[in-house]
Amino acid sequence: MHPILTNIRRLALYLVAWLPLGALLAYLMAVTAGMTWREASVMSFPLCLLYAFICLSAWYACRANPFERAGILRLVEVHLAAALAASGVWIVGAELLAHGLAVAGYFPAILVRMPHVIPLLLGTGVLFYLLSVNFYYVLLAVEASQEAEARAMEARMLTRDAELRALKAQVNPHFLFNSLNSISALTSSDAAKAREMCVLLGEFLRRTLGLGEKSAIPLEEEMSLIRAFLAVEKIRFGARLRMEESVAKECLGFSVPPLLLQPLVENAVGHGIANLVEGGNIRLEVKCGGGNVYMEIENPFDPEAPMRRRSGVGLENVKQRLAARYGERASMQVSSNDGKFRVSITIPAERTENTA
Amino acid sequence: MTLKTNTGKTIRAVLVDDEELARQVLREYLSAHEEIEVIAECANGFEAVKTITEENPELVFLDIQMPKLDGFEVLELMDGDTAVIFVTAHDAHAIRAFEVHAVDYLLKPVGRERFEAALERAKQRIAQKAEGQKPPAAPVAAELAATARPPAQYPHRIPVRDGTRVFIIPVAKLDYAEAQDDYIALLAEGKKHMKQQTIASLEEVLDPSRFLRVHRSYIVNLERVARLEPYGKDSHVAVLTTGAQIPVSRAGYARLRAILDR
Repeated sequence: MHPILTNIRRLALYLVAWLPLGALLAYLMAVTAGMTWREASVMSFPLCLLYAFICLSAWYACRANPFERAGILRLVEVHLAAALAASGVWIVGAELLAHGLAVAGYFPAILVRMPHVIPLLLGTGVLFYLLSVNFYYVLLAVEASQEAEARAMEARMLTRDAELRALKAQVNPHFLFNSLNSISALTSSDAAKAREMCVLLGEFLRRTLGLGEKSAIPLEEEMSLIRAFLAVEKIRFGARLRMEESVAKECLGFSVPPLLLQPLVENAVGHGIANLVEGGNIRLEVKCGGGNVYMEIENPFDPEAPMRRRSGVGLENVKQRLAARYGERASMQVSSNDGKFRVSITIPAERTENTA
Repeated sequence: MTLKTNTGKTIRAVLVDDEELARQVLREYLSAHEEIEVIAECANGFEAVKTITEENPELVFLDIQMPKLDGFEVLELMDGDTAVIFVTAHDAHAIRAFEVHAVDYLLKPVGRERFEAALERAKQRIAQKAEGQKPPAAPVAAELAATARPPAQYPHRIPVRDGTRVFIIPVAKLDYAEAQDDYIALLAEGKKHMKQQTIASLEEVLDPSRFLRVHRSYIVNLERVARLEPYGKDSHVAVLTTGAQIPVSRAGYARLRAILDR
């Protein structure tokens, strides 16, 4: 698309930029070609208007012959030929205009002076045309660099989006393997329970599916996800796993990034409960007030437990996601003492829009 | 149903997993084998070490991630001649499992066919042991090596056993280790713990930036070394912050000097 023709304001600006050139042309016509000042001014301004439009065509020639790729010889050839052609058209226009003016009786002597004007028009025509070529090349270069920057920006955004999606979609495969093993055990001893576990596992997986696309879900939805997850783990760990939930009702409508709390609950089970012979309580508390939602997960752990490789990955993941989404407006504290591991998160209280 | 094996001899097995349902699967698969008798089930590492030490079973099915001690630590504290089959949801430990001469490495969920193959291999191993043969190298190790990753970190603790009791020595608390015949003596917090292990294999698992073999029979925690003193004609002793004096060989002296002068 032509950068000037497609925009009225730019076209107006462009034409205004030609006014001084019109004045220059009038001066040259009067001084060097012997026209009277009146003849020169009446001739030069319509001619400049005409030539302004002719020079617009230079853009197409520039675009077809990119400065970086077309050889210098080719550039000189193309643009010189185009400049001569443009000047030729311009001269024909000038002749017609002069004839018109003469026939109409305004400047009867003008035709006599035209032979002196033609070399002048040829010179300035080529010059003006080449100036436009120059202008368009600069314009194209600016456009290209802007485009490259936009593309780089877009690529960065896409990478970050993809990273976030990958982080969110991390359902621990070992959770699945262990759950399947439990189901396999139940099929012969307690078929009904096996079925129940299949349903719970299915429910959990379905809830996590598609969450990668969303940037926020109501807290209520995250809580359902956590409950489905814990229901599955409860079958695995039996009485060792207990949950203590205190979630203020008024907070349920606020939005949270999906799978924000679930990995923390998963950690609480995997790094906490799983290492304790007697198991323990996982405490989840959510409060809101002062424009913030405050969440805390606490679990007992064995400080002397065998080290686990994955520990810390889930926490780092949550931290990064909070930083990416809320920046300074969110905070996360991790503490462990008296055999209790605690993660506290504060995020701004925002409502989810357009969620059913 | 498999027929009872020709020897008629029963194999005593222990199941170790902190999840009741995971043990249940193994129990069910084993119920088809009359020659296998499940004598005990354990739900954590300490229990496992105690039971295995007391009962000395021929076969142990061992989970890796458990409370108290992980499966490898349990294996470390077992006496030599028990066949071990690891059963875990994690494929990351397979190489290590074969390095410690596990019979097999089963992944959860455990399939029947794979289970039977592992059991068959275990029986062969047990039969060979009974005949006094040296066990062959695990045949699938190379296969699994292609997909499994080696452990990326040094252990942060050393389990030791005194009778049926287990002690955990954090690596940072270890002052030095001394070879004594088939055992090593580990000195930590003023206490001496004996462990059936070679000093070379201990040297292998300790972080070389923190521990140094200063003598054929000694490994020392570098943080504990207070100074070096000449001893006799051309040997030295390292004096530790605890006051203990550790013999340093000539090669050990050169290495220690290089580190201390840095």
